[in-house]
Amino acid sequence: MLKIADKTFSSRLLLGTGKYPSFETQKEAVRVSESEILTFAVRRMNIFEPSQPNFLEQLDLSKYTLLPNTAGAKTAEEAVRIAKLAKASGLCDMVKVEIIGCDHSLLPDPVETLRATEMLLEEGFIVLPYTSDDVVLARRLCEMGVHAIMPGASPIGSGRGILNPLNLSFIIEQSNVPVIIDAGIGSPKDAAYAMELGADAVLLNTAVSEAKDPVKMAIAMKLAIEAGRLGYEAGRMPERDYAVASSPMEGLLPN
Amino acid sequence: MTITIDLNGNSHEIPSDVGNVQQLLENLNLADRILIVELNKEIVPKDAYDTPIKDRDQIEIIHFVGGG
Repeated sequence: MLKIADKTFSSRLLLGTGKYPSFETQKEAVRVSESEILTFAVRRMNIFEPSQPNFLEQLDLSKYTLLPNTAGAKTAEEAVRIAKLAKASGLCDMVKVEIIGCDHSLLPDPVETLRATEMLLEEGFIVLPYTSDDVVLARRLCEMGVHAIMPGASPIGSGRGILNPLNLSFIIEQSNVPVIIDAGIGSPKDAAYAMELGADAVLLNTAVSEAKDPVKMAIAMKLAIEAGRLGYEAGRMPERDYAVASSPMEGLLPN
Repeated sequence: MTITIDLNGNSHEIPSDVGNVQQLLENLNLADRILIVELNKEIVPKDAYDTPIKDRDQIEIIHFVGGG
């Protein structure tokens, strides 16, 4: 079970809700993924075309925990404003702190992320900061009392997979709260790898929404995460430099 | 009679009998939507939708959209 603050989840896959080809595809992808936590962004409503469908309004909200992000914020104050708006919906008390510090790489701003995290913890939010794979930053966030830490595998939407597995393992090893690998996951092997490293969960969006068949990919990601987790719990065999025969050397047939 | 408010960054005229936040949402056909209202940069809690709206007020109507 994945436990974040006082909430428990059976699924270790958190799914983003952006960029799907259609609402129908998205609904089906969400359903088959068996995700229980869905991320959303907070934006100004297009009031003058209110008939536009809204994905969240089509969900059975009793089945899902909403994880609003603060995407769009560049400072701690902007992130706190977005988090408070999201909470005022009455639908959620968790927030993914996402403060972009570089428009090109979309990597998070560590200083503003730390500041926002401190402010939001003070306000009583359940805080899940999205960070780079910086080990010391992750430790500092854990010491502040975050409820989970979400280091990126590689830049958002890049699909490049896990670029620094060593840093991620250090983060996982030192963390006293769940580690959710967020951003950059491209394929099921990346998701399985994250789980084999010992991550508690994976958050992904584009890997499913931009797949040729998002529904099939949602199933693939669910299975990869389950497989990776089982593999981690099972404990993998040691790696060796040379071959070790699997068949016995005794009883070889004479020439 | 109308009053003019700044609504999501646009100047918007509403009938002057639209006196509070709840009535504004009804006037905009948004009363049953999932949204959050900010009035002059302050969040309006759902139990305070009887907060009056005045000429020149700045109102933001915010909602959740797809995101990662």
